[in-house]
Amino acid sequence: MTEPLSSPVLSVRDLSVRFRMRGDTFVSAVTDASFDLAAGECLALVGESGCGKSVLASALLGLLPRNAETAGSAFIGDVDLMTADERTLARTVRGRRVGLVPQSPAAHLTPVRTVRAQLEETLRELAGVRRPQSRKAAEAAAERAAFPAGHLDRYPHELSGGLAQRAATALALIGDAPLLLADEPTTGLDRDLVDRTVDELRRHVGDDRALLLITHDLAAAQRIADRVAVMYAGRIVELADADDFFGARGPRHPYARGLLNALPEREFTPIPGMPPELSALPRGCAFAARCPAADEACETVPKTVDGVACHHPRPAAAVLEAPHA
Amino acid sequence: MLELRSVTAGYDRRAPVMRGVDLALAPGASVGLLGPSGCGKSTLARVAALLHKPDAGRVLIDGEPARGWRHRAPRAQRTAFGVVFQQPRLSADPRLTLTNLIAEPLRATGRGAEAAGRVSELAATVGLGADLLGRRPHEVSDGQLQRACLARALVLRPRWLICDEMTAMLDASTTAALVHAVEEYRRESGAGLLAVGHDRVLLERWCERTVHWGELVTGGTGTAEREPDTELEPDTEHGPDTDREAQPEVA
Repeated sequence: MTEPLSSPVLSVRDLSVRFRMRGDTFVSAVTDASFDLAAGECLALVGESGCGKSVLASALLGLLPRNAETAGSAFIGDVDLMTADERTLARTVRGRRVGLVPQSPAAHLTPVRTVRAQLEETLRELAGVRRPQSRKAAEAAAERAAFPAGHLDRYPHELSGGLAQRAATALALIGDAPLLLADEPTTGLDRDLVDRTVDELRRHVGDDRALLLITHDLAAAQRIADRVAVMYAGRIVELADADDFFGARGPRHPYARGLLNALPEREFTPIPGMPPELSALPRGCAFAARCPAADEACETVPKTVDGVACHHPRPAAAVLEAPHA
Repeated sequence: MLELRSVTAGYDRRAPVMRGVDLALAPGASVGLLGPSGCGKSTLARVAALLHKPDAGRVLIDGEPARGWRHRAPRAQRTAFGVVFQQPRLSADPRLTLTNLIAEPLRATGRGAEAAGRVSELAATVGLGADLLGRRPHEVSDGQLQRACLARALVLRPRWLICDEMTAMLDASTTAALVHAVEEYRRESGAGLLAVGHDRVLLERWCERTVHWGELVTGGTGTAEREPDTELEPDTEHGPDTDREAQPEVA
């Protein structure tokens, strides 16, 4: 994508992550991911479990395990998250430049401390708020995420899934980070709660933040995303405007099309076969083995053109006007 | 016929999750039970699968009352049910390879000799490649593990399938694949299905009939009367340890 953005909040270029395994084999979890994310924008990164999307999130937070090797860059402002040292990440990035809304809030929260205690601690660390001001500040922080003040003295196990999610969101918002990173924030929630959770996330984005929503829930992505990035076997195979992607034009990459068609409100047909192992990716297009349109051309990895990495993308007139961000 | 007759069940006799619930499922029929998280629908599914003893009421399997719960259920009744839970990670023994995971109910009922044939047959039904069968749960994705859990639920050829949020953790394509595998098994075996979930679009597409929790529950502390966000123990991820403890007895 080459659209000129007014200095994006997050700029990812050719980001790759691979894990070195025993016997000098590698698991290529993310390969050559590139995208920009502007203030006020929500990008949904969708794909099935094991496609590498959560590894991408961990990379952006500098939380990869030791055997990870990275390449490429991911700039937030002037900090390259890929080369920053642990001290920089801990003191200036996590919570301050990137707020994480976690996958499983109940596991993210400390089980032996109340929500209030955790909010106060985060306020102290990120904003320097100390007692006696911290009590009020914690209530204000809770209110921002619509967490009811009456539940502040509860422990995480006493909260419903929806409330735990809001508590985690409240914590993520405290540092006023320009980038909110939501990693499967709605897993296991029911539809109403999913809708409410993503609507709230969208509201927090406002005009001056950006939201990277990592999800396998296409309905949630459709609900709030401006753009959609589809990941398959570690690569972003399609990056498109959400309106085009979910609307009349539809996805252009055959995998993305298959994923959308698998929805119960559409054809409800699975994509045949299974994704390849990230430790044994084929030489060419990783989707070729499952793709009805595959031919000899697919024995090489397709370049990304107009946001689609496919040798046989569905032609789309609309795409000539270039996705605007 | 699988019938629940005025079932009252929960985890505290003074505050049952549901009171006087009736539900009937004809052989070969499929019912989708819809409800928000925390409403008690998983508890109902556990009662229907003989995994949770109700405080009052009866469960009838082809007219015969359930004569025990969990491991105390007589084998003929116990093995009439196949159950798939929401979280494959919590319902799979991490020490078992997928092959052994799928074959476990056969071994537990003294039919280990059939394992090899059944496992490869079922692996094909649920779309698991042979290369995955030798792995342990931590070496496969959620979707792949859930496929194995479905195969395990089918291995004893149950007459009733209970799917409790089977696809809540899965992407669209894996969801469609698993639902198709269930339906293929039902077509061939004539098994009945109770699918519990919160995704209306999915259950309406999947099942012949959908029932909303609110229609089922007349008394009790079901969500109908609760603020959706104030219940104490609603979280699907933290159901009453459903998966971990219930699983071995499914066999």
